[in-house]
Amino acid sequence: MFKYFEPNKIFAITSKAQKYVLFLFIIVLSIGLTEALILSPEDYKQSHSVRIMYVHVPAAWISLGIFSCLSIFSIGSFVFKNKNFSLISKSMAPSGFVFNIIALVTGSIWGKPTWGTWWAWDARITSMLILAIFYGMYLLAWRIYEDKEEVIKITSIIAILGLINVPIIKFSVDWWNTLHQSSSVNILSNTSIHTSMLIPLGIMTAAFTLFSLLIFLMKYNTELIKVKNKGLDRL
Amino acid sequence: MINELILMNGYGYYVWSSFFFTLISFATLYYVTKLQLSKEQNRFLSKFGSLNEDKAKAARSQNINKEILSNTSNI
Repeated sequence: MFKYFEPNKIFAITSKAQKYVLFLFIIVLSIGLTEALILSPEDYKQSHSVRIMYVHVPAAWISLGIFSCLSIFSIGSFVFKNKNFSLISKSMAPSGFVFNIIALVTGSIWGKPTWGTWWAWDARITSMLILAIFYGMYLLAWRIYEDKEEVIKITSIIAILGLINVPIIKFSVDWWNTLHQSSSVNILSNTSIHTSMLIPLGIMTAAFTLFSLLIFLMKYNTELIKVKNKGLDRL
Repeated sequence: MINELILMNGYGYYVWSSFFFTLISFATLYYVTKLQLSKEQNRFLSKFGSLNEDKAKAARSQNINKEILSNTSNI
């Protein structure tokens, strides 16, 4: 199975795919912004402030999704001693961190007109802040430690500990009394959000996913060329 | 129509600042990542150029180096 993760096979795809992903991202984002800012209706209670949802919710979903994938690849690189897995997980972290910051900042902006405060130590917000700290520690570890074996071990530990926080974020609204409402979009049960709002939310989620894919492709190529640069030094 | 789009019943300040923050974050992350990629590609090119004939031949025999060279020449 690991033969599919060979660097030269992945590099051939990642270097060619970038321009197509960028093109698709611009198109989907343009449609998403038009839907989110102009075509979608205002909420009967929150009025136009509900439009913040179209950037806040996808950013939160994607930062959680990226951390879950990053943790799986980190554990994989530690268990199977596969160096390419560590490159993949390292390349995912920057976009995940930026999405986490976007979720926190836009959530704070949304909180002011909705709850009357920029910040509250609510379970969902606090657990998202903890996730940002884990992302920060993960990125810092790659910068601080020079020894390859050591950095893989440390980043795997950070990823595993951070992964424990992911279900806490998801179920925080059910386990504790929080300012956040329980989830409106569900895959397995009924979705309580109207299609006129669900469609722009879906389009913006697709646009954000494409952007994170684009950054991953660029970052992965950068990391791979870095490895090859070291290889040329050894020739 | 334009006024309504900008002001959004008094929520325009919150909505537009959220969208601007998101788009500026995207642009910054894209620019920084692109810069890092270009820097590594240029380093690879200059290192490859400084190799002697035998070493360059050995390096070129690896598929991934060929891929990097073909993509770097396109930037």
